[in-house]
Amino acid sequence: MKPFLLSMLNGITLAALYFIVASGFTIIFGMMRVVNMAHGSLYLLGAYIGYSVADSSGSWLMGLAGAAIGTAVAGLLLHRVFLSRYQGQDLRQALITIGLSIIIADLLLAGYGGLTYQLDIPDALYGGVRLPVAGGYPIFRLALIGFAILVYLALWLLMHRTRFGMIIRAAVDDRHMLAATGINVPLFSTAVFALAASLVGIAGVIGGSALSIAPGDDVHYLLSSLVVVIVGGMGNIKGAAIGALLIGLAEQLGLAYFPTYSAIISFAIMVAVLAYRPYGLFGRPA
Amino acid sequence: MTVILEVDNISVSFGSLRAVRDVSLQVRAGERLTILGTNGAGKSTLFNLISGDIAPTRGSIRWQGQPIHGLPAPARTRLGMSRSYQTSRVLHGLSVADNMYLAVQGVQRGRFGFRVPGADHPFRQAARQTLAQVGLQGVDDELASNLSHGEQRQLEIAMALASQPQMLLLDEPAAGLSPSERPELVALLRSLPRDVTIILIEHDMDVALQVADRVLVMHEGEIVFQGTPAETAASPLVRSLYLGYTGDEDEA
Repeated sequence: MKPFLLSMLNGITLAALYFIVASGFTIIFGMMRVVNMAHGSLYLLGAYIGYSVADSSGSWLMGLAGAAIGTAVAGLLLHRVFLSRYQGQDLRQALITIGLSIIIADLLLAGYGGLTYQLDIPDALYGGVRLPVAGGYPIFRLALIGFAILVYLALWLLMHRTRFGMIIRAAVDDRHMLAATGINVPLFSTAVFALAASLVGIAGVIGGSALSIAPGDDVHYLLSSLVVVIVGGMGNIKGAAIGALLIGLAEQLGLAYFPTYSAIISFAIMVAVLAYRPYGLFGRPA
Repeated sequence: MTVILEVDNISVSFGSLRAVRDVSLQVRAGERLTILGTNGAGKSTLFNLISGDIAPTRGSIRWQGQPIHGLPAPARTRLGMSRSYQTSRVLHGLSVADNMYLAVQGVQRGRFGFRVPGADHPFRQAARQTLAQVGLQGVDDELASNLSHGEQRQLEIAMALASQPQMLLLDEPAAGLSPSERPELVALLRSLPRDVTIILIEHDMDVALQVADRVLVMHEGEIVFQGTPAETAASPLVRSLYLGYTGDEDEA
């Protein structure tokens, strides 16, 4: 029972991290139909910025804020300089973001080397807690669930209680019709891109605190985001949450019970979902 | 009447296809102009050029004397040009009230509030008045996707009117409407005040000729006929393009 519970907890906490990473990815796709292949690089950039700021300031929260602002600015520039002029040209945008992801990853490797880093966890979230049956468990990993719920609630409020969110939902429906009402859709697209980049920067700090920061994380989290949003449905926050939960649990339970095949379980789920629901569990045709 | 829109020798090509070829036209303020043509004639492409959805390969467009062919679509909407699309393109995931709110908000300049405004907001009130104008009432809280096709068409026209445009570009507003809904559409279009200029693309000749002051016929990207509704109805060329015969054969 204990190994099962621990695997479930690990799965849920990993799902929480996957959700925070994938939420920005799915918002960008929903609004702009851009498959941002530089998403993983923005995760890594946020993690390194957060590490540097937290290391020099001694404050984890400062690291979080630094990563959020740094990646928001990077996202803003990325969209404004490279992507906005190619709106609607999916392949060109995907190739541009692949190129940028390689450049960003190499620059980070040059700057930080191949070492593995980890952010110091804030004192309040340091240490472990004893849970019934499961036993000791790190508080910060449990806090991941809280972070994910906070991000979910914040995004829900943004989307359903603000004019900004109303415009994002309208753009998900039909960018051309929204533009026909006179709303400056490219400007909002840039703002959404910056917001999504900021979210993945925050995810980088949280992931870099719960796990570690190392070259290659960019590819890992890009891949996990892709699988999560394909399973959940592109452009859908609820879908990203359910997709993250499925993939997080599948990875951890797979590791515990079918270690030989664990690597393929997530992809098997993705293939099954694509076969029966091509737009994902909560997605709909673009 | 003053000329509000001038299109001068405009062309656009998609690869080797010249969808619109050296089209020139002038539209006077308050005029009802209908553009007829078979599928692929270039009517919607001409609309997209005027509204700014696509850029011309060459030629110019002037709005109230000012060149606008370099402006994006939202900027043209804010200048007073509003459009609907060939297929119903309301914002399906939003309520009718929110669709209308965005249409009113889109042309307003100044402070962008963060919170979704309540029902007593001036924009909401203006939106309700416009919905009433097109005969769509009591559905404010309905999701746009739940409306019937005819109601979605009404909502689309209401959204176009919500920006208080000087010119309406309506792309086949009767498409998909039942025979009983078409007279209502004609009545609605005829009831619009003359300070709104209307350019209409329509396949339904009855709708087109009842609304129009002047008719243009396009064929293979070019304007091939201009005239009054009566001249259009009597034109052998138009009958030939639409029906494949001129009518003279019947008499032979």
